[in-house]
Amino acid sequence: MIETTPPPLQGPTSKEKKYDRQLRLWAASGQAALEDAHILLVNSGSGVLGVETLKNLVLPGIGNFTILDSSVVSEADLGINFFLEEDSLGGFRAEHTCKLLKELNPDVQGHFIAEPIESFITKEKPLDPYTLILVAAPIDPEILTKITLHAQATQKPVFYFHNVGFYSHFSIYLSHVFPIVDTHPDSATTSDLRLLKPWPGLLEFMTKKTTDLEQMSDHDHGHIPYVLLILYYLEKWKGDHDGKVPRNYKEKIAFRDQVRQGARTHTAEGGEENYDEAIAAVLKSLNPPSASSAVKEVFKSEECKLLAKDSPSFWVVANAISQFYEERGELPLPGSVPDMKAQSADYIQLQNVYKSKAREDFTDVVSRVRRLEDKLGRTVPVADKEIEAFCKNADHIKLICGRPFHIARAGEKVRWNERAKVAASMLENRESLIHLYIAFLAYDIFTNSHDADALGGAPLAPGEQDLQLDGEKMAGIAYKIVDDLLTEANKFLEGEEYDTVKSRTKQFVEEIVRAGGAELHNIATLSGGLIAQEVIKAVTKQYVPVDNTCMFDGVVSKMEVLRL
Amino acid sequence: MAEVLQKNGVSAPRARWKHLDKILTRPGPFTDEDWVPGEDVIEGLSRTKILVIGAGGLGCEILKSLALSGFKDIHVIDMDTIDVSNLNRQFLFRHSDVGQPKATIAAKFVERRVPGVKITPFVGKIQDKDEDYYRQFTMVVCGLDSIEARRWINSTLVDMVDEDDPDSLKPLIDGGTEGFKGQARVILPTMTSCIECQLDMHAPRAAVPLCTLATIPRQPQHCIEWAHIIKWEEERKDVTLDTDDPEHITWLYQKALSRAKEFNIEGVTYSMTQGVVKNIIPAIASTNAIVAASCCNEAFKIATNTNPPLGLPGGNNYMMYSGDDSIYTYTFEHLKKDDCPVCGNVAKKLEVNGDMTLESFLESMAEKPEAQLKKPSIRSEEKTLYYQSPPSLEEQTRPNLKKELSELLENGEEVVVTDPAFQISFKFKLLFK
Ligand SMILES: [Zn+2]
Repeated sequence: MIETTPPPLQGPTSKEKKYDRQLRLWAASGQAALEDAHILLVNSGSGVLGVETLKNLVLPGIGNFTILDSSVVSEADLGINFFLEEDSLGGFRAEHTCKLLKELNPDVQGHFIAEPIESFITKEKPLDPYTLILVAAPIDPEILTKITLHAQATQKPVFYFHNVGFYSHFSIYLSHVFPIVDTHPDSATTSDLRLLKPWPGLLEFMTKKTTDLEQMSDHDHGHIPYVLLILYYLEKWKGDHDGKVPRNYKEKIAFRDQVRQGARTHTAEGGEENYDEAIAAVLKSLNPPSASSAVKEVFKSEECKLLAKDSPSFWVVANAISQFYEERGELPLPGSVPDMKAQSADYIQLQNVYKSKAREDFTDVVSRVRRLEDKLGRTVPVADKEIEAFCKNADHIKLICGRPFHIARAGEKVRWNERAKVAASMLENRESLIHLYIAFLAYDIFTNSHDADALGGAPLAPGEQDLQLDGEKMAGIAYKIVDDLLTEANKFLEGEEYDTVKSRTKQFVEEIVRAGGAELHNIATLSGGLIAQEVIKAVTKQYVPVDNTCMFDGVVSKMEVLRL
Repeated sequence: MAEVLQKNGVSAPRARWKHLDKILTRPGPFTDEDWVPGEDVIEGLSRTKILVIGAGGLGCEILKSLALSGFKDIHVIDMDTIDVSNLNRQFLFRHSDVGQPKATIAAKFVERRVPGVKITPFVGKIQDKDEDYYRQFTMVVCGLDSIEARRWINSTLVDMVDEDDPDSLKPLIDGGTEGFKGQARVILPTMTSCIECQLDMHAPRAAVPLCTLATIPRQPQHCIEWAHIIKWEEERKDVTLDTDDPEHITWLYQKALSRAKEFNIEGVTYSMTQGVVKNIIPAIASTNAIVAASCCNEAFKIATNTNPPLGLPGGNNYMMYSGDDSIYTYTFEHLKKDDCPVCGNVAKKLEVNGDMTLESFLESMAEKPEAQLKKPSIRSEEKTLYYQSPPSLEEQTRPNLKKELSELLENGEEVVVTDPAFQISFKFKLLFK
């Protein structure tokens, strides 16, 4: 049916215009999530990285941010912090950075608290208003512990980061379980066409469209969608092979040759594009529709199996889909069809065949969800839209199990627990940045046990005053962390292997001490980009966030994600 | 305090640069043994004259980072004016700046925020400037979204190298982003792999065949391209399409929509129309910050030797960044190509069908990832085969277009392909299959 009235024109709103380039990445739903967020930055030290991170969140329109920082703006701040100016000298850094950040986007609310964290944290529920917390090193480990305990209890993401000289680090604790439905997988890897397990409706459509294939005109023959061609030749193959589909590489190659032989070569173009597409698709699309290991992991998790009345809706849907999977041996059909050579009408019909099957599967899952809701006595039903999104991306959902990050204290061993073996084996990798991570742990222990005026005031960074002495102390601390890790992992390294681990660790330590606590603006900007990007993922629940630690080495220009 | 502010010279107290000076005055475990930190390094940095190409998403970040890394003499070129859709990432611009030239506004803002830095803007095209202009800089940092402009500056800098004059070698540091992905690379013209050597890393997207648009559309994008390429020519031939004019986009949108209705295709929206017609690439502040800062980090290391930079011969010169699925970088050495049309000296071997017409051969030049030429002209050592201009020569050589390659050339003969957009001569040795 063609409508006769012209559609109303819906030009973009002024907000859509301003945010056009990012809405193409996270859509209106992601933008709404950003606008609902309130980020707290607990700033300290030279404090550039946190402010650079906020810059990249204010620009895309985060709802609210608050800077907690009791420092007073010094001359040295003006040499590294772009969000301070001459007039800021002597004022509170929280106030002035907040003011200049707010200028970037009038739609964002900025707040500041110029109170020391030590007293702020003792107030009545001081962290409650915030949805995500950013913590800059150095910080008193007791306070960092309080913040992470709050985050664990309230399932709030918390980030902890360092920026010293050419290096940076950040760790994320995303909450105990952090599921993501909208992972935005690469479109090349997502088409799920069910060629090995076609449903009757699809086979029927194939039969209808391939009747008298050999007698068709060149034009018609050259426009059969490749999906139907593969199905057609599969049926033929099955007839010759006891009803079995090609199972291994060799059989798939033989099958591909059979498809190739069906192509007409006498045509004007010397071949047929649809056959070329079919031939190219054979190896990658002849796979049984089994769920990925990541999805099976979700189905196996306790949260999925043991639903409660107040379980997050994600788990209710996950449970319903796991039932579906158990019964049918396949996930709900996503329903999208890649573009392919075809007549317009045939392609649209093919799309509809997939869409209606996807709709059927979705309806089945919805009724399962509703039954679960009844059984659990849940009062607010999960939105259809949420169930639909889950069905469409079922094979690409991701579950991140958050792990609290290390809080290193002077006089205490760093504990690696169940990650000890993995971390210890990373030590032997000469390219790994685990050695840099250890150098930052040593940095925390050093600052925790040294203060600038020896009166319990601001922490002293290694190398700020005595390069030589601090270098030796830092190396000593770092070596001890290495040794403790090896002991905890029950791993023995000796001779050259052990020396290599130590010398690599020492180089990172020396480069850190060289900086004497100084931040380089470039490294702060770069790392502020990384952290803001991860905040956006955590807030929008789109794309896949870092799990759980990211290192940047600006000497060699490399990053590495470590799961610690 | 005022005293400190007035004197930015090396001898004045540098309380402001306390952080930077730690790195500039101390050796590290990776610095060269012969490197002498201190005053000379500080002075060398403040004397470095650096050119920034582009004052957009990357450019804003680059200007800010260079100014806060101790560079004092910065120049910036950009021909664009500020659009409202820039404001979600180009943080040196405010709503009241919309319509103003980017280079001027960006330069003024950073100069005001970071006293002591001089930023000289030029509003115009890089092609407006000649070698004399580019010769004054120590290095060039590029934050562009156009491949054409990158290729132009790359070949200009390669051509400028005089082996007897080390000052003629200008390191080129280039950044690029697309959504959550990007790259930063360092090029030492003639010494290491250049932008042209790396061109196949940025292959153009395959175009939808015209017959699909004209007869068998299947996707909403096909309907939009049909309105854009076919319908506009048919109905509004005398009007130059301006993709920034809302009336034009609306017209295309409505044409695309009605065509989609006719074929039962869903999904045409205004935003998609704009995206397809303007070839919009998603862009966010965070990726720009990452890539721009990586470029500036390399520029800083090159200017100060405070640590080894990317791009040294035999070392890594390319950092690929991807941030949509966790975070991933791949830092590697892209090798220089002997048959690079810009920095190599050997003709590239190309297998072709001898019965291909010259016209289809030239059309294939547009899609070849290593060439991407839209208006190619071609000559052999013996004769001119086809020239796009001047018109008289075009007319004279046009009949050759219909001839087969084997009629025009010997097997194994070398041809030179050029394009007015670049000063590059592509040398191919054509081998008939
Ligand atoms: Zn080259």
